[in-house]
Amino acid sequence: MTSKPRDAATATSPLGLLLLAGAVATVGLLIVAPLASVFVDAFSNGPRAWWEALAHDPDTRHAIWLSLTVAPLAVLINTIFGVAAAWLVARFRFPGRSLLVSLFDVPFSVSPVVAGLALVLIFGRQGLLGPTLAWLAVKVIFAWPGLVLATTFVTLPLVVRELIPVMEAIGPEEEMAAVSLGANGWQVFWRVTLPNIRWALLHGVVLANARAMGEFGAVYVVSGHIAGATDTMPLRVEKLFQEYRTPASMAVASVLAALALLTLVAKVFIERQLETESKELEAARAPGADTDPTTGGLGP
Amino acid sequence: MKSTPPSSPPIRRGRTRTVLPGFGLSAAITSLMIVGLVIIPLAVLILRAASLGPAGFLAAAWTPRARAAYAVSLGASLAAAIISSLLGLLVAWVLVRLEFPGRRILDALVDVPLALPTAVAGLVYSTLYVEKGWLGQVLVPMGIRGAYSRLGIVLVLVFVSLPFAIRVVQPVIESLDKDTEEAARLLGASKSQTFLRVVLPGILPAVVTGFALALARALGEYGSVVFISGNMPFKTEIAPVLIVSRLEEFAYAEATAIAVVLLGMSLSMLIVVNVLQQRLARNAQ
Repeated sequence: MTSKPRDAATATSPLGLLLLAGAVATVGLLIVAPLASVFVDAFSNGPRAWWEALAHDPDTRHAIWLSLTVAPLAVLINTIFGVAAAWLVARFRFPGRSLLVSLFDVPFSVSPVVAGLALVLIFGRQGLLGPTLAWLAVKVIFAWPGLVLATTFVTLPLVVRELIPVMEAIGPEEEMAAVSLGANGWQVFWRVTLPNIRWALLHGVVLANARAMGEFGAVYVVSGHIAGATDTMPLRVEKLFQEYRTPASMAVASVLAALALLTLVAKVFIERQLETESKELEAARAPGADTDPTTGGLGP
Repeated sequence: MKSTPPSSPPIRRGRTRTVLPGFGLSAAITSLMIVGLVIIPLAVLILRAASLGPAGFLAAAWTPRARAAYAVSLGASLAAAIISSLLGLLVAWVLVRLEFPGRRILDALVDVPLALPTAVAGLVYSTLYVEKGWLGQVLVPMGIRGAYSRLGIVLVLVFVSLPFAIRVVQPVIESLDKDTEEAARLLGASKSQTFLRVVLPGILPAVVTGFALALARALGEYGSVVFISGNMPFKTEIAPVLIVSRLEEFAYAEATAIAVVLLGMSLSMLIVVNVLQQRLARNAQ
């Protein structure tokens, strides 16, 4: 996607200029203006006020800490799931495989609010497991485990979707060679599979982390919105806004926006690595032309 | 897996792949997550709604306020998905076909809505379009209210759904055969004829898929809308907002029934996307 377009036209024709202006206006008005205004508004009272809004409010401090705990936990769970599910789908054939693959995408098309409600119906006080959890004195809804579950649900497809196409493209040959040379499962994974998929995995992890840090709807429903206890950073943004403390709200928002920008920079870098690797893979496959005498090594 | 009965042949479909270890472990982790986190919660949701009985379900899910919320949700999402598809086609086309300084930056910026928390988007949009905001001070005197209005809902939904519309169409434009276009031009077709008769049929399935993805994303969106819409019942209240306000009143039955209607809408979108993508893959071959 970031590669230079082959035989692209330069934007010198009137029509080209018009289209370019339209695209720039679209991205400028819809994306750049809001993004820029977060930082302008957040620092409108100077960096000192910005810092005080973040560091001197105990509820905001707690929200930052909670987000930094919940998001990595959800991402960790989804990394383990993503690797396992991609291994299952890309390396084995079994009945129900394509159904399973479409189930991976379900969280994308379920409203986060609906997902949160479903979790409340199971783990809430009047939910299916409510009495059991009360007896065990374990709190899931209105507590951090609920936040982790909700965040895991909404980010579920992100890692596995990155891994499946890459693992299918690489193919099982290297892993099978390792097995036939006597490597056990974990050795195959750590020495062969992981080095091959590391950039795709990182890509998925970065995307999942961005979504996890920013999740609002699902987390809103399961958190109970208790300041200083179950408010994550996005929830804190909303609460400060409701309390007419827009500058403080903007300060928290600016941290999240900076994180989003960082994510994008990482994403561009990782995509460049992925592109290089897929080209190397193609180049490694190209000597396959040697085994095909009809193309004489000149074929595509 | 391990003990194959001697009667059945030891060769399975895809036999070459089964020498690899880890089938049991990866299947266990995958099914634990899918069953535990996706199937059971959604099944419980549907069963809870079903336990209301048909009359109870209708009484909960089909109130005038709920109907108004579905209408606002569907209307705003459809409008946003149409706008996203058109703007997405424009941006994707420019990114693929034009060479200009800053193309890579524009390409990267397209992903901002995927990484920016929706709550931040909602907050910023509402401050941009109020009377004193950067855009509001120009637009509000012209009678265009982009905050606390249905237009505001459409605006944030376009923001959250735009990357889907762009990223689905972009690779398809990249893979278009430019020779066919040149041939059409050489045979005397005008630019607009070439676009409508040669280019558009090739990218239309992708545009439609992008539209469906954008619609599915917009239908479920909550975080950004709650900031900008004002959440007025019958006017600017979308279905997810109504679910949350029912929940906050501890009206679980009503919240569940409305959630099932919304779930039905989004899952039918998922099916549409799947059918379209299969057709797309078939066309590509």
